[in-house]
Formats: sequence, structure tokens, C-alpha cells
Amino acid sequence: MADAPSILPLRLTDVTYQARGQTLIDGISGDLEAKGRSVILGPNGAGKSLLLRLCHGLLQPTAGRIEWAVGNNGRVRRRQAMVFQDPVLLRRSAAGNIRYPLRLHGTPRREQQARVDEALARAGLSAVANRPARVLSGGEQQRLAIARAWVTRPEVLFLDEPTSNLDPSATRAIEELVLAVDQTGAKIIMTTHDLGQARRLADEILFLHRGRLLERTPATEFFAAPRTAEAAAFLKGDLLC
Amino acid sequence: MTDLTAAFALALDLLLRFDSDLLEIVGLSLQVSLSAVGLAALIGLPLGAAVALFRFPGRLAINALLTAFMGLPPVVVGLIVYLLLSRAGPLGVLGLLFTPAAMIVAQCLLITPIIAALSAQTVADLHEEYDEQLRSLAAGPGQTLVTLLWDGRFRLLTAILAGFGRAVAEVGAVMIVGGNINHATRVMTTAIALETSKGNLALALALGIILIALALGVNLAAMAIRDAARVRYG
Repeated sequence: MADAPSILPLRLTDVTYQARGQTLIDGISGDLEAKGRSVILGPNGAGKSLLLRLCHGLLQPTAGRIEWAVGNNGRVRRRQAMVFQDPVLLRRSAAGNIRYPLRLHGTPRREQQARVDEALARAGLSAVANRPARVLSGGEQQRLAIARAWVTRPEVLFLDEPTSNLDPSATRAIEELVLAVDQTGAKIIMTTHDLGQARRLADEILFLHRGRLLERTPATEFFAAPRTAEAAAFLKGDLLC
Repeated sequence: MTDLTAAFALALDLLLRFDSDLLEIVGLSLQVSLSAVGLAALIGLPLGAAVALFRFPGRLAINALLTAFMGLPPVVVGLIVYLLLSRAGPLGVLGLLFTPAAMIVAQCLLITPIIAALSAQTVADLHEEYDEQLRSLAAGPGQTLVTLLWDGRFRLLTAILAGFGRAVAEVGAVMIVGGNINHATRVMTTAIALETSKGNLALALALGIILIALALGVNLAAMAIRDAARVRYG
């Protein structure tokens, strides 16, 4: 797997998504490269989650193309992973949740335990390994979801508003975990509506508003001098709708 | 009223004495109905899950049939199994008529639709919650089915119990295919029917009380398991 050519960049060509007569994603194009953490920023309802689901392949665009560098064959799904805003944890232990994708992918049984232990340790969940996943705290559940997504060593990790319902200390733990995952070489593509989080995590910003990609700039540049009036207003804290 | 008090006294007496005839009847009842439930669960759970998850030709027809067959009249099922197993029937060579095996088959046919229809509902509900997550994890169709059955295990217990309740309480099917033969195919319900027709109301009532207590006990146990599971697994 390590020697296989990267599935990145992910190329979007005029990607459009319509539902019930409304255009929710409107002609987005661009390449997502292997380098750097990409943060999709924008107000609620901008289409951030939708864009993530389209990239991950959970939804098909109504127009345009989304192509991985290696083509869109069935294997490409297993080389990426996604952490949902409200992750669905299976009704089994924390360790059982992390083991689950390894079993799906047919990882040899003798390798599984070591990788489960490593993922638990990385997420700071070793102490609760045998606790049922669904009775863990919100922050622990979210860290577990990230560990479960990471355990298969995806080349791309999508995260949809990973800290939206969490308090500051839980948020900090999640952000540290995301940075740690980034260090292992996985491409991070995440959405947030939290400016502080975007500042802390982003290498580049994709600013989304009403389904359109208004600008895409390196993070430092974006926060110093946004190019569009909408982004400037969003940065000032004005309510965009 | 005297019948009732006499019945309670007799029931208690029979139970405390570990009356061998009584134990035999209760034992056979449990053996037949538990086997039927086990068999019906093996068929009904995957069948219900498949109907809930997959689109295949005939899916709607199967779904409609399962729902309709939840209320299958036991005597009719008994009659059909009787025709199949009777000496002249297609399965007559097996020589199963008037044996516990025939009763298991009849009860299994009776409750498989119940278990399948209820588990289809449970799996469909769970699938709504799990669908995106499982697709994201690249779970195949078979893996999805197994995952949903496993994660729904405590809720599915209710479906299995509904089947058990129906099986252990029905009289028509086991009467026809079992024949209510003493020491061979006599179960609680057929014994109750027989004792009532003989005018032996106290014994009939005593058996009835045991049957109800059994059904109640099984359901209480299942509820306790489910509640404990909800606390533990969320």
C-alpha cells in the first residue's frame, strides 16, 4: 500500500449539486493536493458538509466531475476516511469500534491488536478501551471516531465540524489529535465555522458561501487580507446569510 | 371461584412435588418451542435484514407476505404441515408426523414471518442511523447486514421473544401435527385443551397458570436484559 501511487490530488471540475430545485453546490473546481491542511470555512448552510460528502463519494454530483489521481475505482474508498459531525459509534467497546474497520479491510488478525492499541493510545483512550463506546463523553466519542478513521492509515481524512458540540478543553484535545494525524502523513480536509479553529489548523482556506467557492488562499493571507467582501464580513464577525 | 382456588392449590402442589407428568409436558413444550424459535431466528433474522437492506426483485412481495403472515392461523399452518408430512404427502417418507419434529416445523413456519417482519423494522431503523457511516467505512452489503444484526441484538431479542410467546401459546398447529399423544407429543396447550374437554378444570387451570408464569418470566428476563443493555451500550 505504501508504494502504491497516491490517490491525491483530488480534482474537482465544475462540481454542482442540486436537490429539490435548489443549487446547493455551485460549480466548484480545483485540485486538492497532498500537502497541507485544507480548511473549508463558511457560515452555516454554505454547503461545507455537502462538499465534504461529495468529495468522499457519499453523494454523487448532479453535474461536474470529482476524480482521484488513481481513478475512481472501488478501492479508493478504503484509502480515505471521514469523521462525521455526529459520528455513529457502534454498540460495542471503544476498542471494538477501532477494530471494526480493520476487520472490514481484512487486516490480518495478529496485526489488529497492535494497531488498535496504538490508535487508542494516540487518541488518549487506552484507559477506556473496554468501555462501551456510546457511554463515553462527547469529547471521548469524537476522539474515538477520529482514531477509528485513522486506524486504517487513510491517505485523506475528511473531518466535518469535528468540535461543533464540544467545550474548549475537549476541542483542544481534538485539535491536537488532528495535528498528530497530520504528522503521520494523512491529508486533512476539514470543515468548520469556527474562525479560531481555522486560524489554528489551516494551511489553506477554502471560503464557501451559498454553495460557491468564493476564494481559496493560504491561511495567513486569508486572515490578513481576504479578497472578497463576504470573507471580510465573515472575518469581522458580521452575520452572513 | 372454587375452581380457581383449587387450580392454584393443584398447580402449587404439582410444582412442589415435581410431578413427573407435569415436568414432562412442560419440558416438551419448552423443547419444541425453543427449537422452533431457534430455527425461525436463523431464518427470520437474515431474511428480515435482507428485506430491509437490499433492493431485489420480489422484495415488496416478500415484505407484504411477511407482514400478512404475522397473523397466520395456527390450525391452517398445522393442516399444511400435516398434508406435507402425512404418509401420502411429499415428505411422508420422513415419517415425521406425530413427532416433536413435526411440531417444531409447524411452529417454525408460524413464527418465522413474525421474527422476520419485526427484525426488518428494527434493521431498517438502525440502517437509517448507520448508513452513511458504514458506507464511509466501505462495508460491503454482507458486512452491513451482519453489523446491523449485531448492533441491533438487544432490540432483536424482542422480536425473537414475540415469536417464542406465539409458539409456546399456540394450540392448533401442534394439536394437528403432533396429535397430543401422551408421553410423546403432549405439550401444555394441548394438555389444557384435553383436560378441559374431560372436565378436569383444575388440572387445566393449573397448567394454564404455569404457562402464563412461564411466558411472563421469559418476557421479564428479556426486558431486564434489554434495559441493562441500554444502560451499558447506549
